[in-house]
Amino acid sequence: MNGLHDMGGQQVYGPVKPEENEPVFHEEWEGRALALTLAMGAYGRWNIDRSRFARECLPPLVQVSQSYYARWVAGLVDLMRDHELFDEADPDRFSPDVTTPDRSQIARLLGTGGPSLRDSDRMPAFNLGDRVSTIIQNPQGHTRLPIYARGKTGEVVLYHGTHVFADQSASDRAAPPQPLYSVRFTARELWGKDANAKDTVTLDLWEPHLVSARD
Amino acid sequence: MPHDHDHHDMPPDPALRVKALETALLDKGLVDPDALDLIVETYAHKVGPQNGAQVVARAWTDPAYLERLRTDATAAIAEFGFGGRQGEHMVAVENTPEVHNLVVCTLCSCYPWSVLGLPPVWYKSSAYRSKAVIDPRGTLADFGLSVPKEREVRVWDSTAEIRYLVIPQRPEGTDDLDETALAALVTRESMIGTGEVKAP
Repeated sequence: MNGLHDMGGQQVYGPVKPEENEPVFHEEWEGRALALTLAMGAYGRWNIDRSRFARECLPPLVQVSQSYYARWVAGLVDLMRDHELFDEADPDRFSPDVTTPDRSQIARLLGTGGPSLRDSDRMPAFNLGDRVSTIIQNPQGHTRLPIYARGKTGEVVLYHGTHVFADQSASDRAAPPQPLYSVRFTARELWGKDANAKDTVTLDLWEPHLVSARD
Repeated sequence: MPHDHDHHDMPPDPALRVKALETALLDKGLVDPDALDLIVETYAHKVGPQNGAQVVARAWTDPAYLERLRTDATAAIAEFGFGGRQGEHMVAVENTPEVHNLVVCTLCSCYPWSVLGLPPVWYKSSAYRSKAVIDPRGTLADFGLSVPKEREVRVWDSTAEIRYLVIPQRPEGTDDLDETALAALVTRESMIGTGEVKAP
């Protein structure tokens, strides 16, 4: 879904402003927001792709006006309601039959994370060095192929094995894994002749994002 | 799918909202207070750029380690006990006289938590996420960095679950420093690509 989250190449946001000696959390609630998001995610009712899509679906005004952790909380509220764990507007609405993850389970979860590499018989269609083009697409759902890199031609520089395909896995957890590559584009291919001739941008893209480029 | 949006449903103040949410989820037994504390403690104190700095210092001083980092960064980083969430699949990218690497996530704020901790506000900002890909040299200038135009600025947009750690160049005049002293020089920015490591 084309949305405000897909920021690559926008020119309206001004300079980057780093902060000296920045604390991990600026306010206490930010840490609690992170903790609630990870703890509720531990039920496994949604995956990371679904949770990213929830944040992408937040109202535009929320996306531009709310801070990072405030957006996380807004996304979490939607996820909990849509997956029938908790309704902020009606706390008594759901009584899920679940076992609450305790401290040791959460520790284990942080320690292993959520690897996206999957075993598969699928052989990659492209080799390192191949010229590939990205498809032009505008799906209604989640996608990790940004607008600025659609319909562009680049070179396969890394192969990562078969990974959970985020675009599908946000709505279909049974979606098959897909070969994942790093594809390098020249800055001029992406941005035009004024870009520096040496510069490049490399994206991680799954095989369904790519077609062979015969040029 | 997005819901219909009314302009009047802006969310409440986040501090109050989170407090109310935590209280309600605790009441319903949906979260364990000790588990919440563990998450905050982990990212406030245990995981941070000091992890990545150790990896960089070893890569500078131990050629065999550097080779392992090139072959399988996830495994090489796990030698320090660093891994897990948002560091499941690591790739180390080395700065050289020919290439300066810069890492961004234009679609959200993907970041290698296991070696750098949680991302700073600037990394998550709209300004950085939009500008790093279209104007990487202007972005570096925002950090006071200038890269000669003959040197490639190689931007990595983290669009999947691969997480990138920049191995900055070891500064000249540090031959007499050991791994610990070197690690102390390595900044978070240098491991994202918006900084360079300076000799003491």
